[in-house]
Amino acid sequence: MSKYSNMTFMGYRRENGRVGVRNHVVILPLDDISNAACEAVANNIKGTMAIPHAYGRLQFGEDLEVHFRTIIGTGANPNVAAVVVIGIEPSWTQRVVDGIAKTGKPVWGISIEQKGDLETIRQASWKAKEYVHWASELQREECNISELWVSTKCGESDTTTGLGSCPTVGNMYDKLLPEGIYGFFGETSEITGAEHICQKRAINEEVGERWYKMWKAYQDDVIFAHQTDDLSDSQPTKGNIEGGLTTIEEKALGNLEKIGRTSQYVDILDPAEAPQSGKGLYFMDSSSAAAECVTLMAAGGAVIHTFPTGQGNVIGNPIVPVIKITANPRTVRTMAEHVDVDVSGILRREMTIDEAGDELIDMIRRTANGRNTAAEALGHREFSMTKLYRSA
Amino acid sequence: MSEIPHLLVHEQADNVGVVVVEGLTAGTDMLCCITHDNSTFRLTAGADVPIGHKIALTDLKAGDTAIKYGEDIGKIIADIPKGAHVHTHNCKTKRW
Repeated sequence: MSKYSNMTFMGYRRENGRVGVRNHVVILPLDDISNAACEAVANNIKGTMAIPHAYGRLQFGEDLEVHFRTIIGTGANPNVAAVVVIGIEPSWTQRVVDGIAKTGKPVWGISIEQKGDLETIRQASWKAKEYVHWASELQREECNISELWVSTKCGESDTTTGLGSCPTVGNMYDKLLPEGIYGFFGETSEITGAEHICQKRAINEEVGERWYKMWKAYQDDVIFAHQTDDLSDSQPTKGNIEGGLTTIEEKALGNLEKIGRTSQYVDILDPAEAPQSGKGLYFMDSSSAAAECVTLMAAGGAVIHTFPTGQGNVIGNPIVPVIKITANPRTVRTMAEHVDVDVSGILRREMTIDEAGDELIDMIRRTANGRNTAAEALGHREFSMTKLYRSA
Repeated sequence: MSEIPHLLVHEQADNVGVVVVEGLTAGTDMLCCITHDNSTFRLTAGADVPIGHKIALTDLKAGDTAIKYGEDIGKIIADIPKGAHVHTHNCKTKRW
């Protein structure tokens, strides 16, 4: 028993036993051309949210599988109470409905062909209204902290993230993973320079070798296949360099501080894949672009995201609250409206990493109870699909 | 620690540290702290260096390896005197 073992929060227990911390009724487009109908339904029925996105037509192979996993995973996330799916044609629309229905939550789909937008919007609005009435009567119940699935990815990093905000997240994982939470980290390209350390953080050699193979495949198939220069213009980013980060190695070592001192990952996940190996920390093969990465982790089932930033990334997500943590006093001063947890005291040596970790855990608990994050209050709902290659 | 440090260093083995105050000016007698063991030392800043940027803890020569977190973070590509600014103009990745 630790001091975290009896910590509880008020969450929404879903039909499949998972616990959500938000209660969204989502109007979910299968494809880009169904965005307009979804936004019209969300405008008609207050208390619903459309999640428009850019893709879903003529994709194939693994790229199409990532698309379906992302859409289905988003609808299946426990922060979502019920879903209306709209697609241009019935077959793929039904595949999304069937995927989400496995959770047992209310889900209903409609396709636009042979009806047009207006008739689709009419029928979908009636269903959305029914779902809103139902979802708005659901009650939060007391749940143990161990039932949370918490993801992390940092952005607009600088040298203060490696000194303060990333170790704060790492300290949180070192404390809460032993309590039985699920954790997600990733950012395949940004481990470059620290891959020798990351491989050793696997729970055993077999998982570590699979992790290295995945990382190496990204280097060979993506970086070396497409690079036109030495990547210095992308990694580190211009914002990273402004913040004092000089090389990808330096950035990667700071990034990896997010998994703490003792945490080990139990398995690796494909993009948007849900964990299958029980409680613990997972590495998700994912883009290092903030919105893409958080979208994939939310589709994998994370219900709260912890986001360390140095120079001040402003990202949010439609269904998952994104908690911003910064140690950079200039960012606290100039971008205060985006900061949920200020750990700049670490740089002044007024706050220890252990104290900062406890502050983050407290903010996670409060966010799970319903406190809106800065990103939620500011309306940040970035939903970015990962696209592996050109469509047919 | 009553005085707020100007520069933080991760590990004893590191040869660069990070400026953690805004408006640091050349000639400042910096309080430096190694976060791993909370030990401190002093160093004179050789330039105006922005918050978050690095300063050399010792004289570095082209071809040397920059060490931070006790790890290799890239190669030094121009001589850097102790106390000077270390960034993309004099340090580069060994990858890519």
